[in-house]
Amino acid sequence: MAALGGLTVFYLLAPTLVIVPMSFTEARILSFPPEGFSLQWYGRMFTDRQWSTAMLNSAEVAVLTAILATVLGTLAALALMRGRFPGKTLVNGLVLAPLIVPVVIIAIGMFSLYVRWRISGSLLGLVIAHTALALPFVVVSVSASLRTMDRNLELAAANLGADPRRTFTRITLPIILPGVLAGAIFAFITSWDEVVVAIFLTSARFRTLPVEMWEQVRQVVDPTVAAVATTLLLVTTVLLLLVLVVRRQAPAR
Amino acid sequence: MIEENVAARPPEQPPALVLRGLRKVYGTVVACEEVDLVVRRGEFVTLLGPSGSGKTTTLRMIAGFTTPSGGSIEISGRDMTRVPAHRRNVGMVFQNYALFPHMTAAQNIGFPLQMRGVARQRIRERVDEVLELVKLDGFGDRYPRELSGGQQQRIALARAVVFGPNVLLMDEPLGALDRKLREALQVEIMRVSREIGATVLYVTHDQEEALVMSDRIAIFSRGRIEQLGSGEDLYERPTSLFVADFIGTSNILRGRFEQNGEAGGWLTGPSSRLRVGPGATERASLDAGVAAALVVRPERTRILDPDETPPPDANVLDATVDAVLYLGSESKYGLRLADGQTAAVREPSARAGRSWEHGDAVRVAWAVDDGVLLADPG
Repeated sequence: MAALGGLTVFYLLAPTLVIVPMSFTEARILSFPPEGFSLQWYGRMFTDRQWSTAMLNSAEVAVLTAILATVLGTLAALALMRGRFPGKTLVNGLVLAPLIVPVVIIAIGMFSLYVRWRISGSLLGLVIAHTALALPFVVVSVSASLRTMDRNLELAAANLGADPRRTFTRITLPIILPGVLAGAIFAFITSWDEVVVAIFLTSARFRTLPVEMWEQVRQVVDPTVAAVATTLLLVTTVLLLLVLVVRRQAPAR
Repeated sequence: MIEENVAARPPEQPPALVLRGLRKVYGTVVACEEVDLVVRRGEFVTLLGPSGSGKTTTLRMIAGFTTPSGGSIEISGRDMTRVPAHRRNVGMVFQNYALFPHMTAAQNIGFPLQMRGVARQRIRERVDEVLELVKLDGFGDRYPRELSGGQQQRIALARAVVFGPNVLLMDEPLGALDRKLREALQVEIMRVSREIGATVLYVTHDQEEALVMSDRIAIFSRGRIEQLGSGEDLYERPTSLFVADFIGTSNILRGRFEQNGEAGGWLTGPSSRLRVGPGATERASLDAGVAAALVVRPERTRILDPDETPPPDANVLDATVDAVLYLGSESKYGLRLADGQTAAVREPSARAGRSWEHGDAVRVAWAVDDGVLLADPG
């Protein structure tokens, strides 16, 4: 049983982790097993104009997406959990749809619309698209926090003289904050390593890191790609660990 | 001249709370049928009743958490029926305390003052005052999770009274605590509410708690107040079989009522004829021939000694001993009457030289004036 489990983990992780040693190679082409040890490809990643620009673009898109998706997703979760309005089930389904609909279909749809709206190939267009993809993660995370929160706390706040706005900022938000932060991190990661929609919505002048990788791998087989991939992996792993820490910080009860 | 006039007519303070025809309907379910209640300033009124009888719904409507389907709520002379919860100035203590987990005890207590724009220095003073009032001075910096259940409930009480609410609502505040702690906190709540002169509306399903704490008790049944009165009123002079049965234990003897002029009346059962006192007859004011019940408390009844002559003003029934329960200071007897009805007798155990066993034939007696006559709705 343990052996089978070990094998499964190996099978799942090996293709991902094999890239890590490859990034430290001295060879000039992407190869496994790596030869020698060198940090030159990490240096390249920062000095090369194309790579560094792509990295900045990705960070910018991911941060903006995280902010937008967190604000909208938190409000949506509040409406879905606390509000009473017609068509609630429908709205709930629509918000969660990006989780189920194949990304390539979303990408094609967005591409044809965004071209018409003239926001294709721009930062704004990609942020809007990624926000739609990231929204469900925020909604699910915040809804879970709201579900475990004692409703009486909000009633108590109102009873003690807090209007709805102050009840939210002083009571509800601090209590669901771990869920909101976790949602924000998920939103960041969703955008940070998203490639399908990004391929459609970026242009030669505006590329994100995953798109740059995709383009480079198709042309040259330069080990910088491995260094970039390892960096992406590191950022994602650190953020996911952060989610665990944030979740544990949830106030008792 | 004007001053004299004012003195002659002292400004009448409006009651702390007036409920008129309060109703709440959820779809087809009637949670509150029609509740009328006037609570005076400084009074401690308990809403007592089985679960689902509408007492908590009534409380939530007063707090503003639930919108009434009909009727009105007046607090200190102001109509509050449509005023949102945060502008009612009503304190509430929840069964699960509902303390804000991310705030210290002092911050919890300071919260309502902060919402009212009280200066920081003044808040600190008031918080210290009420912490002292609930005997938790020095606990202000603790978080709720660092406090015991009883301490949390005291903080919740402090938070609900710190801003001088017009009415203090308490929804089964001691329901989650063990018996000993509950009794200690009952005394504590009474002391605090008396000290600050609070008007309290208290919900419980524990009748002992209601009897101990309240000035008046409203017995709820099926969305209505069945009877409103002091604990003594309810126990000694119930106005319905529901109340007689709900408060304490009662012997309920059923039959038909007959008038007997100045002497009161009779309750005629299948194999007995019981006298009803003139006072009880007048209070019940029943028509002759209607189905009625005579209610007698077990501690007002007594098993006669075998050779004893019953006093002249007593009802006497033949019975068989079914069960004997020795409870230390007193004993309880379960009896079966000749017509098949059951009855309970409670006597001090100290009555020397007497003991009854299962199957013994005995006579049970009570003073005619101790019987309460009530209509029997069937």
